[in-house]
Amino acid sequence: MIRVVVPPHLRTLAHLDGEVQLEVEGRVTLRAVLDALEARYPMLRGTIRDHVTQERRPFLRFFACEEDLSHESPDALLPEPVASGHEPLLIIGAIAGG
Amino acid sequence: MSKVRVLAGTRKGAFILESDGKRQNWTVSGPFFAGWEIYHMKGSPADPNRIFASQTSGWFGQVIQRSSDGGKTWETPGGGPEKSPQGWPMGESNKFVYDTSPETGAPLTTHQFYDGTQKPWVFKRVWHLEPSLSDPDTVYAGIEDAAIFRSTDGARSWQELAGLRGHGTGPEWQPGAGGMCLHTIILDPGDPGRMYIAISAAGAFRTDDGGKSWKPINRGLRSQFLPDQDSEIGHCVHHVAMHPERPGVLFMQKHWDVLRSDNAGDQWHDVSGNLPSDFGFVIDVHAHEPETIYVVPIKSDGEHYPPEGKLRVYRSRTGGNEWEALTNGLPQSNCYVNVLRDAMSIDSLEECGIYFGTTGGQVYCSPDAGESWSPIVRDLPPVLSVEVQTLA
Repeated sequence: MIRVVVPPHLRTLAHLDGEVQLEVEGRVTLRAVLDALEARYPMLRGTIRDHVTQERRPFLRFFACEEDLSHESPDALLPEPVASGHEPLLIIGAIAGG
Repeated sequence: MSKVRVLAGTRKGAFILESDGKRQNWTVSGPFFAGWEIYHMKGSPADPNRIFASQTSGWFGQVIQRSSDGGKTWETPGGGPEKSPQGWPMGESNKFVYDTSPETGAPLTTHQFYDGTQKPWVFKRVWHLEPSLSDPDTVYAGIEDAAIFRSTDGARSWQELAGLRGHGTGPEWQPGAGGMCLHTIILDPGDPGRMYIAISAAGAFRTDDGGKSWKPINRGLRSQFLPDQDSEIGHCVHHVAMHPERPGVLFMQKHWDVLRSDNAGDQWHDVSGNLPSDFGFVIDVHAHEPETIYVVPIKSDGEHYPPEGKLRVYRSRTGGNEWEALTNGLPQSNCYVNVLRDAMSIDSLEECGIYFGTTGGQVYCSPDAGESWSPIVRDLPPVLSVEVQTLA
């Protein structure tokens, strides 16, 4: 089971209470996790990745295991502790805007 | 007993203000979508309980919200577990993709940027939602970078009316200070094929065939910042208003100048008259007097607040040129708020009510067509838009 923490505003949008737990079949990559997240919560489509390009929105970052994964390939494997459910994938909103 | 429902979009959420026809005692609901910018909310004339809202964020992009119970509850259309025929989750209510099809979209490549270079169109946000006059499932969206989209399934999915960007002048359009936004959409109640839109800073445009083809309607506009002051396009139109009983008569608040057209925008002439400043953003028309119009003068493009620190609505009962200040109940000293382009609205009760919101967070109401004013609320976040629904 993959654990994902989404920013508070997106939790509100998706009516989430706390972190999300997702089943991801096959390779546990960022793309696979986000695909599963958006399949469960379609209202999140376009809010984390651009609808068309599928690129990360500029003011969001992906972290796990104290590493910034934002610039990793979306098809790279996520760290093993994320794949095994010991650590969550964190989707973080940048501190921006004053 | 008649009622009014005021929909206020702010920098940090949406608020709904409701009163009976006296418009003296108000209930305030909200914030809805707390923390998000609500550029615009508007109810369907065909079903007043259906309300659409544009919810945006610099972090999370665009979200479209819809209510079917007058704003009590909200949903993202198509945001549930339903699937497309291909098995994909829907969730397309916030998907605004420019038309790039070979048939209608191929020429629509770039527009002009501030520095004169060409830039590709990039979707940023929805500025304005205009529900159909007759079908609660049809709604138009004016977006930045400027284009018009239409949904016929209750805002679940959107298709561009690409004839606007593709009519020929699109590559010459450039952004105003607030971005290149399509902020005004006016539907002609007597002619389903006719629609007006306005873009900062491209100008006003009209379609007579339901959005297939468009033409600029900017003759008579003069803008000192343009190399050719009488250019066909490039004017920073801030807002346009129309009385539904006289759909060929239009009133415009341009960057500078208040103007009117008596022939559906084919020709405009200045009616700024004795206004203390003809810069401003809002303009609207009395519900029952098609020659009575309202503006809120702002000092200048460099100083976005009322002249002399006095918040004054100006009314003309002659369709322009002769204006009177309406000040009873409005602050007449040390007031430095702005009133943004979609932040004025007028109800259709017998004694018509005028409403406007300020960047200082006040929403004012005049239940007597401007003679007296009082704040419904004083301390909201900066108000981006105000729409009023008149309910039976």
